[in-house]
Amino acid sequence: MSHLLDPKAGATYLLMGNEAIVRGALEAGVNVASGYPGTPSSEIIENLSRIAKERNIYVEWSVNEKVALEVAAAASFAGLRSLCAMKQNGVNVASDFLLHLVYSGTRGGIVLVSCDDPGALSSVNEGESRYFARQLEMPLLEPGNFQEAKDMTKWAFELSEQLKQIVMLRSVTRMSHASGNVSYGALPETKRKAEFKFKGFILDPEEGIITSAPVEWRHKEQQDKIRKAKEIFEESPFNTYEGPDKPELLIITSSACYLYSKEAVEVLNVQDRVGILKLGTTWPLPPKLVTHYLARTEQVMIVEEVIPFMEENVKVLAAEKAGEIGAKKFFGKNEGVLPSVGEMNPDFVISAISSILGIDYSPVSKEYDQSAKLSAFVHAPARDQVFCPGCPHRASFFAIRRAIELDGRNGFVCGDIGCYTMAVRPTGFETLKTVHSMGSGMGLASGFGKLGLFGMDQPTFAVCGDSTFYHAVIPALINAVHNKSNVTLVILDNGGTAMTGFQPHPGQDFNVMGESMPAIDMARICEAIGARVEKRNPLDLEDTLHTLLEMMEDKNGVKVLILSQYCALSPQRRGKKDYELSVDETVCLGEECGCGRFCTRIFRCPGLVWNKEKAKAEIDQVICVGCGVCADICPRGAIKRKEVA
Amino acid sequence: MTTSKLPKDPYSIVITGVGGQGNVMASRVLANMLVKKGYYVTIGETFGASQRGGSVMSHIRVSNLSAWSPQIPAGKAHLVVALEPIEAIRVLARYGNPDIKVLSNLRPIYPAGVIAGEASYPNEQEIRTILEKHTSKYWLIKATEEAVKLGNPILANVMMVGATCAIGDLPFDRNDFIDAMSQVLSGDKMETNIKAFELGFSLLMK
Repeated sequence: MSHLLDPKAGATYLLMGNEAIVRGALEAGVNVASGYPGTPSSEIIENLSRIAKERNIYVEWSVNEKVALEVAAAASFAGLRSLCAMKQNGVNVASDFLLHLVYSGTRGGIVLVSCDDPGALSSVNEGESRYFARQLEMPLLEPGNFQEAKDMTKWAFELSEQLKQIVMLRSVTRMSHASGNVSYGALPETKRKAEFKFKGFILDPEEGIITSAPVEWRHKEQQDKIRKAKEIFEESPFNTYEGPDKPELLIITSSACYLYSKEAVEVLNVQDRVGILKLGTTWPLPPKLVTHYLARTEQVMIVEEVIPFMEENVKVLAAEKAGEIGAKKFFGKNEGVLPSVGEMNPDFVISAISSILGIDYSPVSKEYDQSAKLSAFVHAPARDQVFCPGCPHRASFFAIRRAIELDGRNGFVCGDIGCYTMAVRPTGFETLKTVHSMGSGMGLASGFGKLGLFGMDQPTFAVCGDSTFYHAVIPALINAVHNKSNVTLVILDNGGTAMTGFQPHPGQDFNVMGESMPAIDMARICEAIGARVEKRNPLDLEDTLHTLLEMMEDKNGVKVLILSQYCALSPQRRGKKDYELSVDETVCLGEECGCGRFCTRIFRCPGLVWNKEKAKAEIDQVICVGCGVCADICPRGAIKRKEVA
Repeated sequence: MTTSKLPKDPYSIVITGVGGQGNVMASRVLANMLVKKGYYVTIGETFGASQRGGSVMSHIRVSNLSAWSPQIPAGKAHLVVALEPIEAIRVLARYGNPDIKVLSNLRPIYPAGVIAGEASYPNEQEIRTILEKHTSKYWLIKATEEAVKLGNPILANVMMVGATCAIGDLPFDRNDFIDAMSQVLSGDKMETNIKAFELGFSLLMK
């Protein structure tokens, strides 16, 4: 049995933040869960899927975040409890539906979990989802530790039902992927029956139709809910204060930043000078509570990630109450004591408190610090992110890059979101020249492909992964074909949503529960749209290269090349070597060759190493996974591959 | 709850290595043993893009009092467990202090820049000199070599957990390890992991 299903109230486990959210949802009796994979949110749906059968929960990976939220909302409309999980930019994708959903209101408890990634540790943005709560006028909760991640999720369902409104729970990477002790509550019996009621009076929230119109009526109802949320938040146990009665400095904080603030106060030993107001209900702010603490201090610092959301909201409140509590001196991101880009950490908070209170702090002597930093600078060279040994993307980009060079017309590739995004780096031969959001590579290529009118003759490619194709590329491909844009789309099909952990997508014949499902064939979709479609194995470099060159010559609209090969870490390939690789030292000429160590300098598979003493290449047998591609790139043919029987 | 004392509270450990070395698993095993003993444990880690050949770090905070930040403040680590030697050096630059202890695997994993000939990798003597200068105590062990002998290089991570046990700062033993592992493993795999733990323990005792 999964530790997440332990029925014993009071049992304590070490849970990842995302697991704590799952346990909270289970304790709330969640019925339906949906999402689209994205770091740092993926473990929520994954963990729920593993225990779905035991708890009679319907779990799905949806095609994208907008559809995921619609699936979860349908459950709410039918009176069930549902959860929808996504990473920060997923909320952008879902936001059009969300705008309308907050007007129409909801029935069964529904919680939107957004896992933001301050510092972009696994993203190409550090976008804020919290602003949606203010912009779309819905309640926002942010857990400040692992226990709260569980307790708050459970409560979010109750709050949603009380308000008849979706509730957003925002986590961050350092909460979702960090772990801590969580004490369990009881698991309820889930007995809800789904029924969508619509025959009542048109405006009846329980039995009428569910729409965002009449807009002003619904909008007013929505704002009444926010007013009610404020009252509820005034009494919430998730808002806590620790510190002296009249602190010299009041820190207002939330989420992981609470833990950093607590640490900083401890390190500086200023518990009797600095107070911490930790807010769990961050939109709408509970005005009485916040005013109560503002009144007791002259100086306020807001600690949060990433941009000054809470800072702005607190300042508005402080301005409204200035007559009662007087003017305050504010510190934070706007006035510059804390950074407004990147992720927060205890050290930023330590240095901010030190500068405000005039404390001289350094954790180690200057000599030690400089010496340790110099040693690392000289002897610990940075690790650039690289494709794994045997990754099909390395082979695909090697072929694409080569085709563009041979063609000679300064062609380029528009990138997309997945492991293959790393092809902006040397590991992918710096092949990608644009990277934005899911599906944007094909959309941009569609646009570039029409610029012949203005004299542009550079061949244009887009690349996307298989899961990305279903998520957002199809409309862009339709656009390109319909508008006769002259471009080539290369689909890097590695058999799953590989980057986030092999979640299944609609191209596969099974779902997250392991049940058999109809696969939506991407080649047939592309053909039906009207593109010319070819399929190749990227590990066959020659064949792939020829196909690419030939497609660049074909000026008849949109071409699609599907490069299919399983991810090197996938269950299908992991631990299975197709070839034994070796370097024939009698053939490798080393520095004398003139290739300039092509295998280790350019191709750069981690399985290839340069033996300085011998001045020859060699294979690191611990790292090599035996894909065999390097045997094709050595100009001397010194790398030998032997098929593994 | 536990009564045994920690050398410091919170006691802060960095487990570091390169994506794919089993860093996350080592930190979870260690943390699970300590949670079972009644401590508050916080693990801070990131996974996702950082797995792909990048440096990975887990911060483990152990306390009798409360949950702590998933990021250790600069200069405040007590123990570094490194699955790769230059990752120990990298950690010292930010989290090191004269009292810190370092336990490191000796097996290098060369960064792409080193493979490409753009950067150089320190030799064993250089590594020893740096650790000597910036730690109160350090141990370098050949965990990967021993793990390959056991049949799988990944077992180096469990060996490092065994060696951490031998350092003696943290209150856990072989039985706690078996107890924690038996929830996730069984049979042959369990045997191999116990062997790896014991081997790691004995490597440090030599």
